[in-house]
Amino acid sequence: MLAVLHTLTDPWADPVGRRALLEVVLLGVTGGALSCWIVFYNLSYSAESLAHALLPGLVIAALTGLPLLLGGAAGLLVAALAVAAASQVPSIGRDTSVAVVITTLFGAGVLLALSPSSPPGLQGLLFGDVLGVSDTDLALAGGLAALVVVALAVLHGRLLAVGFDRLSAPSLGVRPLVVDGALLVLLALALLVAVQGLGNLLVVAVLVAPASAARLVARRMAPMMAASAAVAVVAGAGGLYLSYYAGTAAGASIAAILVGAYLVAGIGRGALARS
Amino acid sequence: MHHPGALTLPTALVRADDLAAGYGGAPVLSGVSFALLAGQRIGVLGPNGGGKTTLFRVLLGELAPLAGTLRVPERFGVVPQTERSRLDFPVSALDVALMGSISTLPWWRRPGRAERRAAQGALRAVGLGDLTRATFGDLSGGQRQRVLVARALVQDAPVILLDEPFTGLDAPSAERLEALLVELTAQGRGVMIATHDVDQARGWDRVLCLNRRQIAFGSPVEVLDRPVLEATYGGAIVELPGDHVQGVLPPHHH
Repeated sequence: MLAVLHTLTDPWADPVGRRALLEVVLLGVTGGALSCWIVFYNLSYSAESLAHALLPGLVIAALTGLPLLLGGAAGLLVAALAVAAASQVPSIGRDTSVAVVITTLFGAGVLLALSPSSPPGLQGLLFGDVLGVSDTDLALAGGLAALVVVALAVLHGRLLAVGFDRLSAPSLGVRPLVVDGALLVLLALALLVAVQGLGNLLVVAVLVAPASAARLVARRMAPMMAASAAVAVVAGAGGLYLSYYAGTAAGASIAAILVGAYLVAGIGRGALARS
Repeated sequence: MHHPGALTLPTALVRADDLAAGYGGAPVLSGVSFALLAGQRIGVLGPNGGGKTTLFRVLLGELAPLAGTLRVPERFGVVPQTERSRLDFPVSALDVALMGSISTLPWWRRPGRAERRAAQGALRAVGLGDLTRATFGDLSGGQRQRVLVARALVQDAPVILLDEPFTGLDAPSAERLEALLVELTAQGRGVMIATHDVDQARGWDRVLCLNRRQIAFGSPVEVLDRPVLEATYGGAIVELPGDHVQGVLPPHHH
């Protein structure tokens, strides 16, 4: 019995483990709750694009020793401006301009990271370094997470009205473009919270997979968001256990469990539907 | 000379005078003049593309009129076509009815107990008091339509616009909705219903016939004769055998 307890508590025995746990709780709650709106607003592609586009910002922050969050925020700002500028070019479509900008920025990030003068650590930026988060990183992530949760609570009715029927939302006193814009800002903030733990490439997992699992079990948005956040937090903690005992990479373990949760929920629902 | 009797006329909730509207080019709708009084149902008739939706968009302020004058209330309740809403969306009937309270609250306030009570009352008023927790997408077409009417009731607007509300409803649901419209007008509201169903509109107080311009406006008995219907539906009307004027139907009658 005591052995089981030790098995459960050992990973959190030192500060590195405890900070990692706090980081996955923060990214699980924000990413999980927000992922429901990302799925129902069809923003998965945008989430992935934004995540890739902030790589140069992360790399520059890593090179100069600034907090990763600040670098990521600057990277997002540059990406947003570049997309806006590229979409002004009349001969290319919106999808194409986004793809061009994102690929350029991602490539620039990799170039910077692979230059001889940069310290080793590209891997941490691409796949996350949840065991390396500092207290400053955590404090910033905590503030952003609180902001996202409060904003989601305040905007809840408007997000529902626009997602339910965009065309008749104005007659209810809701402006769809304002709601879309607010949701994109929240998406950017959630990316900044989660990117330290999961990295540039794996962060999309927490912004899509939890909702995909939760929508199979919940019938209303608020319970779905709670279920989604719970799935993400449990998957985050599970990934840390896996990494601790099996020696696997933490970010990849979390992403794998998130996808696994979706598969389990899907299979369980399929079995229920057949019985 | 000023006539004091004129002051006792009921005031119009909506009044349009020689209204024209369009989307940048030539007007797609012109010459629209009508008044909606409290307690009236106006059936808005016309073919697809005849201007019914354009008129509603002008009334709602989503489209500025190109010409003419328009007086509208501060708020409209709107009942959109149910197929526009997403059936896989995770909302209950109560959630949808509560959307009507957004415009009545400051932006930072979430709906509280008073708003929930109003929404539940509106759902009871449309006969869905025991289905408040049901998922919207699981309801029948008629029930979904009534949830959207309840949402308009929560908005507490003096005028309610309904866009093809009878499309796809079975007979009992259509009767139920028709009775609900009578209740709404009995409360002193004005109701405008875009519809393809000429026969149904004969039972209402006024009809407004549109085909890129206003063909006619008035009480159905006076207005709905063969020339008006031919002008409204472009001459392609079908006459039912054995029935003279009453059986005239537009070709795409649902």
